[in-house]
Amino acid sequence: MSDINRTPETFDQNARAALADPVLHIALRNLADSFVVRRRNAIASVDDWEGLRERARAIKENTMLHLDEHLERFTENAEKAGATVHWALDGNEACEIIVELVRAKNARMVVKAKSMTGEEIHLNEALEKCGIEPVETDLGEWIIQLAGETPSHIVVPAIHKTKKQIADLFVEKVGIEKTENVDVLTQTARKILRERFAQAQVGISGVNFAIAETGTILILENEGNIRLTTSLTKTHIAVMGIEKVIPKFADLDVFLKLLPRSGTGQRLTAYQSLITGTKKDANDIGPDELHIVMLDNRRSRMLAHPVTRQSLACIRCGACLNACPVYQQVGGHAYGSVYPGPIGAVITPQLFGLSKSKQLPYASSLCGACRDVCPVKIDIPELLLHLRAEIVDGSATGPNERPTRKLGESIAFRAYSRMWSRSGMYSFSMRVARTMQTFVARDGKIGKVGSLISRLVPPLGAWTAWRDAPVVASKSFREMWRDKEK
Amino acid sequence: MKVALFVTCLVDQFCPNVGMATVEVLRRAGCEVTFDDRQTCCGQPAFNTGYRKGARKFAKRFIEIFRNPETEAIVSPSGSCTAMVKHFHELFPDEPEWQERANSVAAKTHELGSFLVNVLGIDDVGAISNCKATWHDACHGLRDLGIYAEPRRLLKKVKGIEFVEMENADVCCGFGGTFSVKYPEISAGILDNKIEMIEQSGADTVVACDASCLMQIGGRLSRIGSKVQTKHLAEILASQE
Repeated sequence: MSDINRTPETFDQNARAALADPVLHIALRNLADSFVVRRRNAIASVDDWEGLRERARAIKENTMLHLDEHLERFTENAEKAGATVHWALDGNEACEIIVELVRAKNARMVVKAKSMTGEEIHLNEALEKCGIEPVETDLGEWIIQLAGETPSHIVVPAIHKTKKQIADLFVEKVGIEKTENVDVLTQTARKILRERFAQAQVGISGVNFAIAETGTILILENEGNIRLTTSLTKTHIAVMGIEKVIPKFADLDVFLKLLPRSGTGQRLTAYQSLITGTKKDANDIGPDELHIVMLDNRRSRMLAHPVTRQSLACIRCGACLNACPVYQQVGGHAYGSVYPGPIGAVITPQLFGLSKSKQLPYASSLCGACRDVCPVKIDIPELLLHLRAEIVDGSATGPNERPTRKLGESIAFRAYSRMWSRSGMYSFSMRVARTMQTFVARDGKIGKVGSLISRLVPPLGAWTAWRDAPVVASKSFREMWRDKEK
Repeated sequence: MKVALFVTCLVDQFCPNVGMATVEVLRRAGCEVTFDDRQTCCGQPAFNTGYRKGARKFAKRFIEIFRNPETEAIVSPSGSCTAMVKHFHELFPDEPEWQERANSVAAKTHELGSFLVNVLGIDDVGAISNCKATWHDACHGLRDLGIYAEPRRLLKKVKGIEFVEMENADVCCGFGGTFSVKYPEISAGILDNKIEMIEQSGADTVVACDASCLMQIGGRLSRIGSKVQTKHLAEILASQE
């Protein structure tokens, strides 16, 4: 299935295709096994994990309540240090700003560090459209760029690919002899990417944290490609969502303990690049220009409600993806969005419109494993329920939006709440079910029903396609109680 | 202790014996059990699917029925339905008096296993059951109510039982209410992982305190012809053989 056709609206088909893909299944199982275990071990090395989570959430919550002030302070301090801060209302504006900056340098090529915000605004397409070649330098991102795909995970973008698939890709796109030797493959990538770094005039990165107090941006990574992107080039452009700002440098103490442990199960990433403005004299290394592009893209809308505001606390660690039973089944591409998994199911509808992604809030069993692992304690199930209610109410999250509810479902739920809120009607409806079930029940259970019954009673068809259904008991508890107690 | 039974619609209609077993266990623990037959459903299907208006109707009804000040505890053989009662207050953001009523009812509502251990302080109910049992942590009991140790303590005190822990006992079975029929393939994929863990544990009985998970797990076990049986916690605790 090609990436181009996959959208949140086609979640149902995407998921089915993913479930039918045995190779993906193996890749996802490895992910779940290794990342979940690594994370568990890593958090065991912290004394008061719960306390840290509480502090992180409190910092984020307080920051969001005065976001305008923190952004102003960050801007002031970053500009004092030599950076230029740009503001973009949406993805298009952000892309326009970046394209203009690159054009001003007459660059035909840019090196890029992995950035989910860059993916969110479809920056690569925008650059390509203007004749600028974007070169991804994170190994995983580079691999999926070669393959012409999109990331399937926030932290490990090529997690859906197996070693064999990558080996084949290198033969096809890079022209090396086939090998599954990881060292050879990475050395090949390294050699190619080093040449691109040497040629590049402009580097584009994301931002993990922006510190208001000092105007510093912090970017975390393991491969060193971000360090090269942000120091070898003459111009560094950093793109960030407005929620990335934190008030104080000391707050990093909390977030640096939480993020690597939650994301990759590391105590700390191999590199942490703290960048405060541009170089101070000609002998320093580093870019001459630093541009920071601040992206709203509907984030400010999320501030309005205490439930949706939680979404802005996300530090993009990906722990909820790894822990999610649904993600483990279907992988990231099924969500049809750059943000997959539980957090994707709540931010995709808010960023790109609920009417275009109304399947996503329902793509969860509400088990709550995501909430348990979230380092900033986002109550994702609460958010999913909030969005489900918005879908049903037709209360839209964006302009010109009216999510249509399903007619059959809405009739069924109306009947259920009318009838079952009266005990007489409740008992009556179940007696009817008891009579009707004689057509389909055998040996005290209902096996797979035929296509006619499936069409008449879709939930029964869906249930019994995989599981036997229980029958309504010949005597309900209330009848037993009445007989026994009275 | 005066206990009002909140039997849940699933138990009432699909496994009434679980309701009878719950009454039996509570009485054996010294409780005076009442059952108000006006009760129907807590409204969780509506709440979880986004139908807040319908859910509000069920919640108000539930609160009216269970508001009796003489009731010392409301006990339910379901972690999930108990958790729904604890969510009721969210349905009344603009009705403080209902919020207060919801909170007072919620404070008295307990899942069976947690009630026995945490409220009554009992972990041995004098049950006898000859089986090799493993425990499935239903998500809402585990994560909304924080129930983990209680059922294990209760099960380990049952005479004749051999308790084995399955791997990933705390991972979802894939039920998820309407999720199970909206996304049956995904639900079944998650379920098959659970079945694999149950089978691997070597248990002959999988126990949980939620009829919904037991329907999901039992329905698949039955479909694949597995010898493993499902039992509700109340059935094991009421058992005398």
